[in-house]
Amino acid sequence: MTLSRTAAPVAPKTRPRAHPHRAPGRRRRVLSYWPQYLAISPFYILFAVFGLAPVLFSFYLAFQRWDGIGEMQFAGLDNFKYLIKDEVFWLSLRNTLLIWVMSTVPTLCLALVLAVMLNSVKRFKAFYRMAFFIPNITSVVAISIFFGALFATNYGLVNGVLETVGLPGVAWLQSVWGIKTVIAVLTVWQWTGYNAIIYLAGLQTISTDLYEQAKVDGANAAQVFFRITLPLLRPIILFTVVISTVGGLQTFTEPKVLVGDTAGTGQSGLTMVFYFYRQAFSHNDYGYGAAIAMVVLLVVALFTILNWTLVQRGQDGENG
Amino acid sequence: MTPRRVRGLLLHVVLAGGTILALFPFYWMVVMATNTNADIYRFPPKLTFGSQLPTNLRNVFDSIDFFGSLLNTVIVATTTTLLVLFFDSLAAFAFAKFDFPGRKVLFGVLIGTFFLPVGLAIIPGFVIMVELGWVGSLKALVVPAAANAFGIFFLRQYIHNAVPDSVLDAARLDGAGFFRQYFSLIVPIVRPGLAFLGIYTFIASWNDFIWPLVVLVNPDQVTLQVALQQLNSVHGLDYSRVMTGALLSVIPLIVMFLLFARNFVSDLAMGAVGE
Repeated sequence: MTLSRTAAPVAPKTRPRAHPHRAPGRRRRVLSYWPQYLAISPFYILFAVFGLAPVLFSFYLAFQRWDGIGEMQFAGLDNFKYLIKDEVFWLSLRNTLLIWVMSTVPTLCLALVLAVMLNSVKRFKAFYRMAFFIPNITSVVAISIFFGALFATNYGLVNGVLETVGLPGVAWLQSVWGIKTVIAVLTVWQWTGYNAIIYLAGLQTISTDLYEQAKVDGANAAQVFFRITLPLLRPIILFTVVISTVGGLQTFTEPKVLVGDTAGTGQSGLTMVFYFYRQAFSHNDYGYGAAIAMVVLLVVALFTILNWTLVQRGQDGENG
Repeated sequence: MTPRRVRGLLLHVVLAGGTILALFPFYWMVVMATNTNADIYRFPPKLTFGSQLPTNLRNVFDSIDFFGSLLNTVIVATTTTLLVLFFDSLAAFAFAKFDFPGRKVLFGVLIGTFFLPVGLAIIPGFVIMVELGWVGSLKALVVPAAANAFGIFFLRQYIHNAVPDSVLDAARLDGAGFFRQYFSLIVPIVRPGLAFLGIYTFIASWNDFIWPLVVLVNPDQVTLQVALQQLNSVHGLDYSRVMTGALLSVIPLIVMFLLFARNFVSDLAMGAVGE
């Protein structure tokens, strides 16, 4: 005891205890925040195990030949070489992009119109917002079943109405464009209200002074919309475009429920996610499924970066 | 009438038309679920509610294990929601009010995960579940979903705006540590934000389809959405039967939504706009 006491360093032991936060060094500073690190750790641990690891493993799998049970065999670039020549893959890419455009463009345009209208009414606003949001909480499986019945060729309500007004019925779920149209209509129904409510919140942050000033300057409704509303909403519009892109490029449930595992006439409901799902879990070709998933990841990343640069450019333009 | 009032009336006419389009599927689902197939198949179809609901219900219960899958869905959605609320709010508190080393980078990583298309991880995710021995078990649905980036992001914003630093400083002077501050100060103040995130998580979990479809390999032990898909793939043309099933799966969420909707919709929008 005595010995250690005399050998003690110049700095008395009590000092760091009295002032735990004074120049404690980086290591001690990090340690003093242990509760905060503990608090954020669940997310990062779960993400590492169930998010990042699968994606990295996917990358590895894409270079293997594997049926999910036996030994993996290194396949080099075989999966990707096959993919480039695989017409079904290109078909699924084309289908995905077409369905995405046919769904997203009308959804976001209608949502914007709806939001502007909602912004200018005073009565029943809360009711409208609620009513327009309800489609979004409905399960895609249930609503796909419903749209399947609605657009059925023989006893569907849509064809019934068409025939009543003297138009020929359409084989919606048995034709290349019909399937895509039904998926697009379903998506518009489900997502217009959601996006409109986000736009509405954006509209409500725009100061009414700007509109008053525009009115004083003699601007008409169209000028106000294109010169004031649209530019100020741009960041929010791009946010919704990014969300719709990440979601739209992963379309799976709608075609799976509407046309089943064959993906319909001419496989016209076959999206990219549907294709790799089918390769892995119906054909037990895990390596090739993973290779497709990697390409999908690349496509989604490309579109996200594209959206991102558009946001940046938009902001630069406003500053300059 | 003044032109201004005519315009206002016109707006309401258009908006009412939109409301009808948004709500029509639910009405039509009820029509199909309460009539026979013969009533639905004839043209013009019956547009009013019928009396066949008991028969249709019995058909659904005969074809799928409705109550079993409902119970599974309730268990998964409830457990997931409770875990998400706890883990996300803890993390959000740390991010909102403490300047620990690495905070910026860690939060950047968290935002980055938003853009990772999780649907792509299903193949290796399934393989991981095989290794863990969780295939076919509800654990495989709950554990990976127990914390998420959206909730942390949303609650961080909420805590940042709703909790003044002075309150925390006072607690700190009284010697309250991180976890005591969390339980005694943060949880009560953030309750409205937790309500929003809870409903959001519950709905997402209830409606989840592709992952349960892949990982619940035992057809007798599935969630409601997967059971509904089974019903549809076997009885797809028996409209009154599948529509009754679809209706049953949708009703609980709609009831919950209507009970809490007022704040929910505006909270969602504010989260997106970043107010």
